[in-house]
Amino acid sequence: MALGSGGTFEGVSPSDLQPTDLIDIDHLLSDEEKQIRSVAREWVQRRILPEVEDWYEKGEFPARELAKELGELGFFLMQLDTEWTLGLNSVAYGLVELEIEAGDSGLRSFVSVQSALCGHAIHAFGSDEQKAEWLPKMASGEAIACFGLSEPDSGSDPGSMRTSAKKDGDDWILNGTKMWITNGGCSDIAIVWAQTDDGVRGFIVPADSPGFTANDIHKKLSLRASVTSELVMDGVRLPADAMLPEVQGLRGPLSCLNEARYGIVWGVMGAARSCFETALEYSKTREQFDKPIGSFQLTQKKLTDMALELYKGTLLAYHLGRLKDEKGLKPEQVSVGKLNNTREALEIARTSRGILGANGITLEYPIMRHMTNLESVITYEGTEEVHTLVIGEQLTGLKAFT
Amino acid sequence: MNIVVLTKWVPEPEGTPTIGEDGLLVREGADGGLDPGDEYGLEAALQLVEAAGDGEITLLTMGPEIAQAALQRGLAMGAHKGVRITDESLRGADSLVTARVLAAAIKRQPFDLVIGGVESTDGYTGIVPAAIAELLGLPGLTFARELHLSDGTLTIERQTAAGYDVVVAPLPIVITVTAGATEPRYPSLKGVMAAKSKPVETLTLSDLGLSGDDVTPTQTVAEVTDAPPKQGGETVEFDDTTAARIADVLAEAKVI
Repeated sequence: MALGSGGTFEGVSPSDLQPTDLIDIDHLLSDEEKQIRSVAREWVQRRILPEVEDWYEKGEFPARELAKELGELGFFLMQLDTEWTLGLNSVAYGLVELEIEAGDSGLRSFVSVQSALCGHAIHAFGSDEQKAEWLPKMASGEAIACFGLSEPDSGSDPGSMRTSAKKDGDDWILNGTKMWITNGGCSDIAIVWAQTDDGVRGFIVPADSPGFTANDIHKKLSLRASVTSELVMDGVRLPADAMLPEVQGLRGPLSCLNEARYGIVWGVMGAARSCFETALEYSKTREQFDKPIGSFQLTQKKLTDMALELYKGTLLAYHLGRLKDEKGLKPEQVSVGKLNNTREALEIARTSRGILGANGITLEYPIMRHMTNLESVITYEGTEEVHTLVIGEQLTGLKAFT
Repeated sequence: MNIVVLTKWVPEPEGTPTIGEDGLLVREGADGGLDPGDEYGLEAALQLVEAAGDGEITLLTMGPEIAQAALQRGLAMGAHKGVRITDESLRGADSLVTARVLAAAIKRQPFDLVIGGVESTDGYTGIVPAAIAELLGLPGLTFARELHLSDGTLTIERQTAAGYDVVVAPLPIVITVTAGATEPRYPSLKGVMAAKSKPVETLTLSDLGLSGDDVTPTQTVAEVTDAPPKQGGETVEFDDTTAARIADVLAEAKVI
């Protein structure tokens, strides 16, 4: 057992800095933050890494089983400060996301959707009754939630959504289709955003509602260890108190996305670290022309460039985390982190794959799995293009899209 | 049901420890944590207290400030409180001194059971728990691979080279638990957060009424040398005698 990862003490002296943290970013973390990270890292090592390759190959994800364990460990809704949840600070929360995504982006998506998208939606916009009913069950893992915003014809432009909610007496009737919904087919409830006469509103839709069906999407080449579904609502009747009362308009779902994007800023650095560590180790043991390939200058340049981006991305995540707790984050600040870190993580995954040559394409090593996962992560929660234009608008004061 | 679990901070088992000029392990600034061997005993204690429905688990350790990390981990796993004994004069303490100090600390409070690992992952002497049992005048049941508590009597399966012995003793007693006897639980985030508010008492030798001769080591480290390099081993050619030779080797190693 490796205590450096599993034990609670990770004091670092300059002589034993790890290749993943030559600049001693750990020095910025509190003992408690390091202990929290250790819990996540150790769980991923013992529980996820031995199995995730098989899940990935088979296209399976044991959602129920993992939900219970994640709930017991306190990983669900960990960032929310409520009587049912731990209220971790943003850096501690980010460190957990990083370790979980070092396992697999699908697993991190599972936690993010439950915690940042759905947990945040109910916590920020729900009634006291809705919070009391769902937050404890979601924190314990008894209930799994999904978040329905994207549609087949409505992705980067969520304002164009067609899903509608119409009043029928006191009840609501929902019609429409949501697409690319993580956890869709394994959820107990869906947070569904729909057009009403008063603009976009959010609804808590129990998965057993008549007229509600979730169809899992198969033949994916990314996030294979994750449930991705289409949600179909055909005249789903909901009581008046199914609506989230405290928000109206796209501000609701966009605020949830900001929370989830913040987790991604950290998470993808976990996937990147896993790729970098694998490539580094491989380069020291793989010999060609009678010497380790790590001794070739071209390989050392690749490793150095990857290390630099890993450090910079982690520092950026750390900065945004402290800023989030001290004064809050503006959406464009989250965009800087999401765009930079997903882009660099994907680049690190691709470069690592190159270092491993043919070995890099198998599930024996985590690299190609991370790489194909990151192709989704760079798209979901705001594409590369949208985040680029959000930042561009802040720089120029000129909107590139409306 | 009050249980004292003996715990120790050890350097990272997969790393290379630094030995100082005085022949002692350098702990300051080193990477490490709770001895993995202690987690089996702690898990056994947690299960006994959970089965009993009430009780308190006290982690006991001796060591400098760095040893606090080992306690924190144990508290995060579910122990109720910690006691750390620290004193400059304990640097370089041998097994007997360590046992005297721990025994003196154990005696301060009523207890039913003292649980330790079989041996520490750094020192490997494997005699501290037995010495504590002797100093406390209690039965010492070692190498428990299974344990059952019923009506104030503990029954253990004592691992032996050939199999196991069934050993029974009334509480209070001192036991050691083998690796693999239990499956230590993961600390949870809830555990880490809860551990912050659990009490940890720091004691000095004078708090325990010990001094001078009590803590003067009777053993000192004379010299530290590198282990001899591993020998090449034996290559057995394949012929009619191969199976018999392999069986002999395994029998000599006492694995069959």
